[in-house]
Amino acid sequence: MKHLSIIVLLILSGIACAGVEYREFANPEQQQAYENLTSELRCLVCQNQTIADSNAELAADLRRQVYEMLQQGKSKQDIAQFMTDRYGDFVLYNPPFKLKTGLLWIGPAAFLLIGLIAVFLFARRKKTAAKVEISAEKRQKIRSLLDEGDRS
Amino acid sequence: MLKYILPLILFIVMAVFLALGLNLHPGEIPSPLIDKPVPAFSAPKLQAPEEKLSQTDLKGKVWLFNVWASWCASCRSEHPILNQLAQQKAAIIVGLNYKDEPEAAKGWLAQLGNPYDVSIMDQDGRIGIDWGVYGVPETFVVDKQGVIRYKHTGPVTPEDVQQTFLPLIAKLQAEN
Repeated sequence: MKHLSIIVLLILSGIACAGVEYREFANPEQQQAYENLTSELRCLVCQNQTIADSNAELAADLRRQVYEMLQQGKSKQDIAQFMTDRYGDFVLYNPPFKLKTGLLWIGPAAFLLIGLIAVFLFARRKKTAAKVEISAEKRQKIRSLLDEGDRS
Repeated sequence: MLKYILPLILFIVMAVFLALGLNLHPGEIPSPLIDKPVPAFSAPKLQAPEEKLSQTDLKGKVWLFNVWASWCASCRSEHPILNQLAQQKAAIIVGLNYKDEPEAAKGWLAQLGNPYDVSIMDQDGRIGIDWGVYGVPETFVVDKQGVIRYKHTGPVTPEDVQQTFLPLIAKLQAEN
């Protein structure tokens, strides 16, 4: 009996926590736009989450803002512009290519290129190192040294 | 020779990047609103909800716009500093009571003192969004033309007041 009541309470607690926002959309395109936008906008409180993922109050407010603007017939560009006007490019998970964001965009490719060049150089050096010729005289000496080592 | 220098160079590059990373403040997001006119608002006053305040009422004055809430812990540490700043009467201090219960907010001011010439209510956070508010407290400095000249994120410290706010306010008061 005790177990049963605990189980019931646990089930109920799940219901209490699930504060899912219910949004009604005029058409599937609008819903798609809402889902795209909220997963492309950064929550500024918990900066590694999108506003779709975040439980922060600000994220909820921004989701409401996106929803309302879509209801008013605003385009995705309008809404992205609205957000950047207030919070800067930082709010976009997909920032525009600018002087300031250049490193962000070029960085990974540049590091990959540097890595490839390094690997290429190392590989080439290994190859030349393997090609070292040992003269007959040196070979003789190595042999005698090895034999000496065996005897002792 | 390169064999010995290369690891050193790599180490220095890494050390420089890590040192820069330590000194970054990712929590402080530069506001695109600096040097832009203040976002328009018209909101009920906390102490007199039947009256409204809008940005046009403040034209020709240098004012601070401080975002606060009774639920905000760092606002509590900032509060005595704002009280002191208010006593100097360097500029008008407008409070934005952000996503707060009016009763809780009034109680907070009664208990801790009221540094604000006027506080306005933003219960659903819409004015906050227009000002790009993402954390409380935040403090903006607005010049006589109604242009935002500075934004401070997080609690204002006495050093901030002495080194940044007071000199800037004095400069803006001297402008037309």
